[in-house]
Amino acid sequence: MTTTPKVAVLDYGIGNLRSAQKALQKVGADAILTREHGEIEAADAVVLPGVGAFGACMDALRQADLESAVHGAVNAGVPFLGICVGMQMLFDASEEDASAEGLGIIPGTVQWIPDTVQRPQMQWNQLHILHDDAMFAGLGRAPWMYFVHSFHGVPTHSADTVATVHYGQTLNVAFRRNNVFATQCHPEKSAHDGLALLANFVQWARV
Amino acid sequence: MNADVVARVIPCLDVTDGRVVKGVNFVGLRDAGDPVELAARYDAQGADELVFLDITASSDKRNTMIDVVSRVAEEVFIPFTVGGGIRSVDHARAMLRAGADKVSVNTAAVENPQVIADIAAEFGTQCAVCAIDAKWDKDTSSWVVYLHGGRTRTDLNAVAWAERAVSLGAGEILLTSMDRDGTRDGFDVELTRAVTSAVNVPVIASGGVGTLDHLADGVLQGGATGVLAASIFHFGEHTISEAKEVMSRRGIRVRPAVS
Repeated sequence: MTTTPKVAVLDYGIGNLRSAQKALQKVGADAILTREHGEIEAADAVVLPGVGAFGACMDALRQADLESAVHGAVNAGVPFLGICVGMQMLFDASEEDASAEGLGIIPGTVQWIPDTVQRPQMQWNQLHILHDDAMFAGLGRAPWMYFVHSFHGVPTHSADTVATVHYGQTLNVAFRRNNVFATQCHPEKSAHDGLALLANFVQWARV
Repeated sequence: MNADVVARVIPCLDVTDGRVVKGVNFVGLRDAGDPVELAARYDAQGADELVFLDITASSDKRNTMIDVVSRVAEEVFIPFTVGGGIRSVDHARAMLRAGADKVSVNTAAVENPQVIADIAAEFGTQCAVCAIDAKWDKDTSSWVVYLHGGRTRTDLNAVAWAERAVSLGAGEILLTSMDRDGTRDGFDVELTRAVTSAVNVPVIASGGVGTLDHLADGVLQGGATGVLAASIFHFGEHTISEAKEVMSRRGIRVRPAVS
């Protein structure tokens, strides 16, 4: 058990990675941005962030030679957190880019949110928690989180979905599969509720 | 309006030389405090986002703003936009690297619309905010775009420019009424409605807020999903929580403020 767990935030050259790093530091992690396999393997927990387009993120992840590091961490059983497009990449594929292959860690696909509402959803929204999860400890039944997305995950196994939001229709926005937790929202930008979720992740990394 | 929309209350911090200032009609700048302290207070009060505008925006002062942005990012865990003097992908990258979530472009976007497309292509449309300063023009019965912080008039129709900016990749419009800015008479809801009807991206209404009901008007009458104000929050007149109570009472869905 470490009191200040080392969290590797995978750095593949896209997005505002510093936000995730600073938020994790704020809640007690020794968070580093890295693409070094040795550092990732030595970490107590791993975060896969992502922003922008699914295909571009997959390409960047592969160019940074991080695909095997993701699988390594997931298979090693360490706490693993996917955020936003980092969540989407864990699926098999996305409607955003039919030619891009996902990581295939959460069986299912990423699909458009309905065009009856403004896309992207760029606002705060209230999670509807379906299953108790250590990641939601202390957050109540309906925490507020910040979202920026036009797609949502549709897992093959509906039990993988642990939280939804309502935006035009019910959208799946948080998933759990063994040591993998993934969320469409940006906990690093979701004030106290978001920091509480990240604090739960850091607490999990201490175990 | 889509019932699932949650309106955003957005304090705006005008920054020069590393301090938040607020002027009335661009004169008589009054010191409103330290940007990091103020931003952290708004985060704690339940602000949904923040906007920082570098009102000096001279290139030699850019590093001061980058430093402010990176200090804000250490303490503030809500999304924030940085604007003022951003003229290129490189400027945008510097602000995003320092911790900003979005950048807004105003004058540079009119002078070189490609900059919006470039920022959207490089960082995603969700990062690219087009800020528009608009003023009613009697002769043409339309709103026209002003540049350089309101000092330079163009012949550009503000609504048409908003549509063009979105087609180039702007993911959000920050719309300021030059007629109302500093008046405390409320948003120009006609202008706001004209733009929100024309584009299918979020629009932040700005300029003229004097009461909390004005914020609700921007959403209900103007169709904005974000409402921006500065003075009413900076000098302790109202809290974010009071703003949200009023909006909520008027039937607008908001994230409850922190008690």
